[in-house]
Amino acid sequence: MNRINQKIQENKKLLSIYFSAGYPNLEDTKSIIKNLEASGVDMIEIGLPFSDPLADGETIQQSSTQALKNGMSTALLFEQLKGIRSTVTIPLIIMGYFNPILQYGVADFCKKCHALGIDGLIIPDLPLAVYQEQYQKIFEHYGLINIFLITPQTTVERIHHIDKQSKGFIYMVSSASVTGGKSGFGNVQIDYFKRIEKMRLKTPQIIGFGIADYLTFKLATNHAKGAIIGSAFIKALTSNGVTGIEDFINQIKNEQNT
Amino acid sequence: MQYNINENGYYGDFGGAYIPEMLYPNIEELRQNYLKIMTEPDFITEFNALLKDYVGRPSPLYFAKRLSTRYNTKIYLKREDLNHTGAHKINNTIGQILVAKRLGKNRIIAETGAGQHGVATATVCALMNMECIVYMGEVDIVRQAQNVARMKILGAKIVPVLSGSKTLKDATNEAIRDWINHPVDTHYIIGSVVGPHPYPDMVARFQAVISKEIQWQLQEKEGRSNPDYVIACVGGGSNAAGAYYHYLENTDVKLIAVEAAGKGVYSGESAATSILGNEGIIHGSKTLLMQTQDGQIVEPYSISAGLDYPGVGPMHANLFKSGRAEFIAITDDQAMTAGLELCQLEGIIPAIETSHSLAIFNQKKFKPNDVLVINLSGRGDKDLNTFINHFKL
Repeated sequence: MNRINQKIQENKKLLSIYFSAGYPNLEDTKSIIKNLEASGVDMIEIGLPFSDPLADGETIQQSSTQALKNGMSTALLFEQLKGIRSTVTIPLIIMGYFNPILQYGVADFCKKCHALGIDGLIIPDLPLAVYQEQYQKIFEHYGLINIFLITPQTTVERIHHIDKQSKGFIYMVSSASVTGGKSGFGNVQIDYFKRIEKMRLKTPQIIGFGIADYLTFKLATNHAKGAIIGSAFIKALTSNGVTGIEDFINQIKNEQNT
Repeated sequence: MQYNINENGYYGDFGGAYIPEMLYPNIEELRQNYLKIMTEPDFITEFNALLKDYVGRPSPLYFAKRLSTRYNTKIYLKREDLNHTGAHKINNTIGQILVAKRLGKNRIIAETGAGQHGVATATVCALMNMECIVYMGEVDIVRQAQNVARMKILGAKIVPVLSGSKTLKDATNEAIRDWINHPVDTHYIIGSVVGPHPYPDMVARFQAVISKEIQWQLQEKEGRSNPDYVIACVGGGSNAAGAYYHYLENTDVKLIAVEAAGKGVYSGESAATSILGNEGIIHGSKTLLMQTQDGQIVEPYSISAGLDYPGVGPMHANLFKSGRAEFIAITDDQAMTAGLELCQLEGIIPAIETSHSLAIFNQKKFKPNDVLVINLSGRGDKDLNTFINHFKL
């Protein structure tokens, strides 16, 4: 069974962390992944940097730009991930925009992911319909789960459609925003979380966008299987480097078990 | 072979809507409604009335006698430079703001490079009493101070874009991000035939008035509605799309697309996408774009801010790939020289974008009886400083 599905079955709320590969330093990828797992993170999204990240706010834009300046590339990321499965057991997902994957070759990209032990992909600008028509067979052949997004504006009909196509989890975008845009959840978000919770979808949801600390993590996971932190983690990396990872994760999980 | 858009939103292999789920409802709302709105009788009446009384259409089709003599062929200039605000851009912004009104939107966003589309958007927002936010790269704000002032006077809010290279590509990214942040009340007026479907088709349809007029104007002047050649410059490609539109499927009419070669196609400072680009995805559309082997989008260069874009619209990508249009690349120097020549032969100061189209005579010979229509997409008032500096006048 795919590691994502195994993880989803665990009886706990999941914490997933996103980072931009190649940031802050080109060679940090492996040590970030290992530190995250050692700190008790449940799942990792490895960001493949892109020059024009349309759905991302300032923090992830800057980390992507810096990563590219540092020399990160698709081939180099794959090189860095070689042997990662000899030590790391939690699910690993690559998140990136479609153009770099298209240039690498979708089939070659999937094949490489499979060989390295990557479990899934999140490609925000690859539409569901295009995926189904052109790429689903390739993804499935290589045992990769493609994660789809829903937002507060997604219609009920489309949510059901996406749920039906989804494996692993649904990436639930918390508010109408790019990443790192709004912090804190108001009634509008909580109502939306409750509305989706009540739909009792077959695919568990993990909430992302706007989660930065213990409180937002808790608010989100009151209504969903887990939550994803991106921009806030990258800010912490910028300030405290790889050695600060454990402290950051502890702050998120701090009162989680009390 | 079909050169216009198909029912799935593609021109051959190009087009589509490669957008994040956050934009799906916005794009879907537009896709389901744009043709319905554009064919409503009251929309057509309002659009045509504004084009006539506000924009000043039809724009003249002018036989350029001295230019024709110089190059020993028959050259007509389609005078989009005489439109209100000085370029073809307003045809599209008038159309889109009427669509936005009918969709119940009250907030308009736009991207701009040289500022021509920004001015055209600010103009129609003032006309329709809508809030207007224009994203513009910080570098372009400095280069195009006069257009920034025009937009401000017209009541638009200018948001400087500090990401990436701080030019048109980044302004477009930022406008898309704004739309993600404001999915309900906002309409994004894209300025060219780029972006996710249905934008390329919608913008092309609004610009199609150019070729529609050429047909009857040429009939009056030459007794034929088809020229031998239609020639236009291509950045994103909206003026070319408009000039080609009613001739797309008529292969008796040859189409020439003129791209900016900057300091030379292979100089590393160029915007000649058809030569330097390959297939990929930019701003939600599958098309030709300039990119690294790794799929990172490359910064283009042209002396003309309006051609300084690393992609072309999907219609043009297909015209290139299918061979329907001939693509010619013109350097900064060639364009400036041709622009100055038009000033002094015909008393018309063209935009530097348009000057690229006027420079093809050095690269291509025409027969004395050939009838050419060059789309004179904009006037050069905004470029006076560039002309003065370039020629040390």
